Amino acid sequence: MEFKTLLFYVFSVVMLFAGLRVITARNPVHAVLYLVLAFFNASGIWFLLQAEFLAIALLVVYVGAVMVLFLFVVMMLDINIETLRKGFWSYLPFGAAIGLLMVVEMALVLVGRYFSLAALPEPEVVAGYSNTKELGRALFTDYVYPFELASVILLVGIIAAVLLTNRKRKDSKAMNPSDQLVVKRNDRLRIVKMESFQEPVAEPSADEGKGA
Amino acid sequence: MNEIIQTGQAFFGPLWPVVWTLVKIVGILAPLLGGVAYLTLAERKVLAWMHIRVGPNRVGPLGLLQPLADGVKLIFKEIIIPARADKKLFFLGPILAMAPALAAWAIVPFYKGWVLANVDAGVLLALAITSFGVYGVIIAGWASNSKYPFLGAMRAAAQMVSYEVSMGLALIVVLMVSNSLNLTEIVEGQMKGIFASHGVDFLSWNWLPLLPMFLVYLISGVAETNRAPFDVVEGESEIVAGHMIEYSGMSFALFFLAEYANMMLVSAMTAIFFLGGWSSPLSALADLPVIGPVFWNGFHWLALKMAAFLFFFLWIRATFPRYRYDQIMRLGWKVFVPLCLVWIPVIGVWMMSPLNIWK
Repeated sequence: MEFKTLLFYVFSVVMLFAGLRVITARNPVHAVLYLVLAFFNASGIWFLLQAEFLAIALLVVYVGAVMVLFLFVVMMLDINIETLRKGFWSYLPFGAAIGLLMVVEMALVLVGRYFSLAALPEPEVVAGYSNTKELGRALFTDYVYPFELASVILLVGIIAAVLLTNRKRKDSKAMNPSDQLVVKRNDRLRIVKMESFQEPVAEPSADEGKGA
Repeated sequence: MNEIIQTGQAFFGPLWPVVWTLVKIVGILAPLLGGVAYLTLAERKVLAWMHIRVGPNRVGPLGLLQPLADGVKLIFKEIIIPARADKKLFFLGPILAMAPALAAWAIVPFYKGWVLANVDAGVLLALAITSFGVYGVIIAGWASNSKYPFLGAMRAAAQMVSYEVSMGLALIVVLMVSNSLNLTEIVEGQMKGIFASHGVDFLSWNWLPLLPMFLVYLISGVAETNRAPFDVVEGESEIVAGHMIEYSGMSFALFFLAEYANMMLVSAMTAIFFLGGWSSPLSALADLPVIGPVFWNGFHWLALKMAAFLFFFLWIRATFPRYRYDQIMRLGWKVFVPLCLVWIPVIGVWMMSPLNIWK
């Protein structure tokens, strides 16, 4: 057996296990961490297919950023596991039907005559071939309009999300940094010249030294 | 060297590549961990000198054995597990903090050919691996089941994800001008240029034409390692030590080692991306009779540049007050990200103009 094949089985087994645990783990934080593990192994399989750009992009985007924020949110939630489990049996048929549909669709693609991997030509790997460069070239020449369109949609999504959640609070004590920066010394501080020592004028009274 | 490889191949047979890689890994990690240990001593000494104190000077001559004493102490301390903590994740936290800090060294080129994994998409892989460090902090904070660690974890999640964005954008400019994602090629790209051909290499390095990006990357690197003045994640005066409060003994020491290994990693990366890695600053002096060999390209220059950045890390810790949290976020999102987004088209236009210096 080739070493690569062994690696493939290791990645696949761990990924399947992690995927299973994502839906069976009792604690949502554990489920998210298993999902991270599943992403890692998926990325490993892509590495084996020599799709290093996609593999690393999966790591940077999903593991490095999206899942961190996901974890952030899940940790803050106060989830009662008992109430979550209540509807399990009533949802099961519906979920199973969707799962079955997905399996059938994937089987059609993978086993069918026209879409199967065997029908695809073997990719040509020449010396100095860079996955990243090829992908960049394709995205910014042949597919530049769809690519730009997708990024504009994302931008609209970002702005919409910010606008929907950004309400001015009246009791907010947030300070404006530019106001803070333009402050001059004289606005905040007044220096008063005082003698450090004053000659005692009056005679010392009788109870001197007793007061604080 | 060839003899070692041949006898090794004969002895280990098909297992030889694994054994050889392990040997190389030890060759990188052993000096690295030694460096980490003495960086802790250097930090205490430099801080002490800046405060006009003496610093640790009891253990060994000039206090040089202090890191060993600290290590022995931490190894023998009891590891306390909070009663309501999530035990498995509690121990996974420090491991996940440490592992990426060490794993990223696989792609660091110390000299031409001196690299464990010469990855084509090295810059991307570096970004990916360094972004995993935040999991250690978040998991540790959550698994401790305690308030301050949780606050620390929340701060870490927001801060480290934010500064990754500006780091990545700064690196986009670097890979634009070097036309490669390979770290070795990025260093070699900086050895070419008008100034480099006249022997004053340091003016050809990326820091000068990409000065704003150099500063963005360096400052984001400080924020990414949660060092002062961006250390609100630990924030001793507010949340005691953030995610590290409930940890003791070796589990605490792992966080500490990870922080210092990350500092060294950021220094190495900054030196490679912006200060020409192992290239000599003044190759014109390489022909001088006695001191000439010092000015040859070599690992010593990378080490020197790393040392300078590490001193910078300690220096700003001693001299700057801690940033307020909202100002950290403002600096990352409203200053660095727009600056990078402006600088990418500026460099793009420069590269397309006849004045292009990166041909």
